[in-house]
Amino acid sequence: MAAVTLRNRLRPLAYLSPWLIGFALFLVYPLISTVYFSFQRYDLFTLEPVGLLNYRYFLKDEAAWTSIRNTLWLVVVMVPLRVVFGLGVAQLITRLKAGAGIFRTIFYLPALVPLVAGTLGFVYLLNPSTGPVQAILGTVGVQSPDWFGDPAYSKWGLTLLALWSVGDLMVIFMAALLDVPKQLYEAAALDGATGWRQFTHITLPVIRPVLMFAAVTGVIQTLQYFTQAMVAARVASGATDSAGSVFVPGYPDQSTLTFPEWLFHQGFRDFAMGYACVLALILFAVSMVFTLILLRQFRGFAEEEA
Amino acid sequence: MTAIRAAAIAPAPAPARGRRGRATLYWIAKHAVAIALSIMFVGPLVFIVLTAVMSDQQALTSQLWPKTWDWGNFADIFEKAPLLTWIRNTLMYSVLATAFMLLSSIPVAYALARFKFRGRKLAFLLVITTMMLPPQVVAVPVYLIWARFELTGTLWPLIIPMLLGDAFSIFLLRQFLVTIPREYSDAARVDGCGEFRTLIRVILPMARPAIAAVALFQFFYCWNDYYGPLLYAQTNQDNWTLSLGLAAFRSVHRVQWNLTMAATVLAMAPVIVVFFFAQKVFIEGVKLTGVK
Repeated sequence: MAAVTLRNRLRPLAYLSPWLIGFALFLVYPLISTVYFSFQRYDLFTLEPVGLLNYRYFLKDEAAWTSIRNTLWLVVVMVPLRVVFGLGVAQLITRLKAGAGIFRTIFYLPALVPLVAGTLGFVYLLNPSTGPVQAILGTVGVQSPDWFGDPAYSKWGLTLLALWSVGDLMVIFMAALLDVPKQLYEAAALDGATGWRQFTHITLPVIRPVLMFAAVTGVIQTLQYFTQAMVAARVASGATDSAGSVFVPGYPDQSTLTFPEWLFHQGFRDFAMGYACVLALILFAVSMVFTLILLRQFRGFAEEEA
Repeated sequence: MTAIRAAAIAPAPAPARGRRGRATLYWIAKHAVAIALSIMFVGPLVFIVLTAVMSDQQALTSQLWPKTWDWGNFADIFEKAPLLTWIRNTLMYSVLATAFMLLSSIPVAYALARFKFRGRKLAFLLVITTMMLPPQVVAVPVYLIWARFELTGTLWPLIIPMLLGDAFSIFLLRQFLVTIPREYSDAARVDGCGEFRTLIRVILPMARPAIAAVALFQFFYCWNDYYGPLLYAQTNQDNWTLSLGLAAFRSVHRVQWNLTMAATVLAMAPVIVVFFFAQKVFIEGVKLTGVK
């Protein structure tokens, strides 16, 4: 009997063991190690304790602050636009009687396009000299901006790319919209509420948790924003990886330099690994704040059973 | 007031036609917007494909429609760049990572969904936290681990950890597994099945849609991954993936946009083809990522 209970108690541990090992090896240990390295100067060859030097350097590292401002811009502009646009598209599709399935497929498709391919495509499409978008705008006499070459527009270019691939949000919102009880709309219609009033008084309050969820996870994803900015800058600048020269992200004029890009560049291109750990800890702290918001707000997310 | 409301409900015969007319207009307006949006969503893909088949000379102009259809561009890119190597590396990364992920994550998700033990809730919260954490946070020490094993410069640092579970997949599988009624596993147990046999014989077949979804997500994630290969394999061109090659394609190989777009089409095509065959799996999987 004792053997059976021991087996029962050890069973969860056995099933969880891969993840437990991974969690310890690739999260707990590296986190502690990151704190340790943040007080060192380390370039893969020499390790030297420097106290708070890395932290003090951060305060006057202008590129780091530029990258924080850029990341903040993306959080404040790109995330809300994606949520609003995704909701609009979802709302439209749920109201279509003909061809909803086809439209859903079409709207979702760009969300699947590999990030590098999509970014490359957008840099080409939006380039003002040979790009098709300018060719079309030109026929009506409009001059398009140099989306990925002008610091005033580069983040907007990335935002267009993000709106294009809004399909994942759309699918989540569609599911939420279809879950809104029909009786609520019928009752509202009896009270004379139509269209916009139904939307603000019934739809929005009912799907609010889903919207909030999308916003918070959107913020967390945007804190990691890396690939699109990196590829757009690399392709638009025409930078080559010739021997000896290292590509510095942010083209044009640091306008697309995001925080994770700067961390990557410091740690793995300039090999200022101690300093990169300071940046990593800042990223960790900010991400944790939003993760905690997520976990607090959405206890349902981790609900025991349905 | 009551009279007005009554009038509003009552089927008034006269304005019915007007209302029908308005409904028709509304129907047209909705579908017109949907078609306009479709053009915006598909347009970029169409122009990418059109550019991919243009001649070198035409790619220097801003003409929209290809004058000649140079399908040979798709063959040319294989000569300009080691595309086959990139495809092979990308496939190796995607297939192995997906297989390893399934092997390690299914038992973890099952334990989190079914077993009762102390700390279960905490474990699940930690899974969610891990999933939300940017990979850059622990990048330096993790890189140093792989450097010590002399595996930097290869894709193994991205593949091997998949044997230790993937937080996002565990989360998704668990969300699906908790919706399977307990009666099924109870019945299996009454029939004398052990826990492991219950998982294999009863739960896995029922969880097929969720397993297919996480497998597809993982495969696509690896196929598209740029950050991981950039971190570990950038310095070694033999181990480049499609993402790495594509990002450097235009500058390193000094080619026109037409060939760059041909390579882009090549990277997108498999993903889109797979999607058309597995659309339902995908959409259901995306829904699982939301809150209930």
